[in-house]
Amino acid sequence: MNPALVRWLQAPSIVLLLIWMIVPLSMTIYFSTIRYNLLYPERKGFIGLSNYEFFYTDPSFYPALINTLVLVGSVLIITVVLGLAVSLLIDRPFWGRGVARVMLISPFFIMPTVSALVWKNMLMDPNNGLFAAAANALGMTPIEWLQDFPLLSIIIMVSWQWTPFAILIFMTSLQSQDQEQKEAATLDGAGFWSQFYHLTLPHLARPISIVILIQMIFHLAIFAEIFVTTSGGPGVQSTNLTYLIYIQSQQAFDVGVASAGGVFAIILANIVAIFLIRAIGKTLTV
Amino acid sequence: MTDKQRDIWKNRIAVFFAWVAALLFFFPIFWMVLTGFKTENQAIAIPPLLFFEPTLENFTEINERTNYSKFALNSIITSFGGTLLALLIAIPSAYAMAFNPGRWTKDILMWMLSTKMLPAVGVLMPIYFLAQNSGLYDTKAVLVIIYAMINLPIVMLILFNYFREIPKEILEASRMDGTSTFNEIRQVVMPLAWGGIASTALLSIILCWNEAFWSIVLTTTDASTLTAFVASFQAPEGLFWAKVSAVSTLACAPIVVFGWLAQKQLVQGMTFGAVK
Repeated sequence: MNPALVRWLQAPSIVLLLIWMIVPLSMTIYFSTIRYNLLYPERKGFIGLSNYEFFYTDPSFYPALINTLVLVGSVLIITVVLGLAVSLLIDRPFWGRGVARVMLISPFFIMPTVSALVWKNMLMDPNNGLFAAAANALGMTPIEWLQDFPLLSIIIMVSWQWTPFAILIFMTSLQSQDQEQKEAATLDGAGFWSQFYHLTLPHLARPISIVILIQMIFHLAIFAEIFVTTSGGPGVQSTNLTYLIYIQSQQAFDVGVASAGGVFAIILANIVAIFLIRAIGKTLTV
Repeated sequence: MTDKQRDIWKNRIAVFFAWVAALLFFFPIFWMVLTGFKTENQAIAIPPLLFFEPTLENFTEINERTNYSKFALNSIITSFGGTLLALLIAIPSAYAMAFNPGRWTKDILMWMLSTKMLPAVGVLMPIYFLAQNSGLYDTKAVLVIIYAMINLPIVMLILFNYFREIPKEILEASRMDGTSTFNEIRQVVMPLAWGGIASTALLSIILCWNEAFWSIVLTTTDASTLTAFVASFQAPEGLFWAKVSAVSTLACAPIVVFGWLAQKQLVQGMTFGAVK
């Protein structure tokens, strides 16, 4: 192909993505430096960093930041540990393995609003939910999940959706593990834990770090599960940064402050993205 | 017990726990499907019913009581439309990059992937205003455009990896015969890459179908997709568990099947190619 044609074929994707990135991004940065509230459209003008100050001195900011970190951290620990355990369990031939595999990864394909509703109503509802029925059957008082443990409830829902993702990735990379090496280790009398520690874990080190980084990107942006179940409450107990910014823009109509929050979210995500991009760069061959 | 017997027992215990895990993870889905076949009273019965006479009433009533088919159609149009648009943009580009990689190809691809890592909420206000001012708010078109753009990086990467696996000799042979570039793509590359393109499309459709942020923020009634429609049942008065379950079952079933089919592409796409 002649070089001009190569450039023309590449142009649409590059130009469109460039527009998609630069236009909204620069608008967000611009909005974040002006006074801009849809309820008071007459008050406008450059106000420097006041929106940022307003955003992080908001009494909801600190709880939302902590909630975000707790949410991301707990889901990461749960999904990686459970994902490792389950993928090791099914990494052996047995009758019906294909079915078990499909059952294990299915939750990942359920749309987030559906899984949030299923957990909120049919499982966690304190009156008619299954958990309540189980508690009653055991003679215990049913737990008011969303009322008393809102953040934990969200953590459980998100972990249910994302453990299958970890299982899928770990399962895929376990298939490429050197079986002869494992057999040799077994013959040498190496037990399960010593094999796990010296062979499997090093083999899975990369997939584990990829799973952690990708989940961080997605979990910093968790929205639908909170929107459908707790609406961030009670109070701000289950409000994360994404939801806080959504509230600022859609309910307080404060474009300036919401944009300042948006810039903060972008910076937070970029810190993770730098590591992720580095990890991806090592595998991408051109 | 001999060592061999011990190994057999260890294996059996592992298989047992594997099934326990599989049943536990699948249970909420099973329960949702089951509830879709109950009457509203059976759905909230205490103790919960495992055995009952199934009814199809929810599935037939969905369309009378709600606009299910409209939302389903919106989901189909936006996810297929977004996917098609992304493919149209990505196929020529990925083709050019894979067969004529330059000094910057890798950097360009990495930069593309990095745009996927921008949090949606960071550009919420601009996109919202742009949609409103252009008259695209609450239209299927705006979702098609956004879905195409947010999936373009992943689609590019997977297609790039597929095209790279096509042996270059085949292309050279056809070039010797004097085939034009357009015909080369159409007659030589496409047939070989067809499977790859189809499974890339499958992954993109899954991601569009389950997208919840933009469909909730940018639509009200006309263009709402199934994710936004299901979200509207969040209100306490929407306590029609059986009907919600029937809707959810219909909304999720095709995508779960797609997901089973596209596992390999999903691994590649969701990890940005870092795990294959």
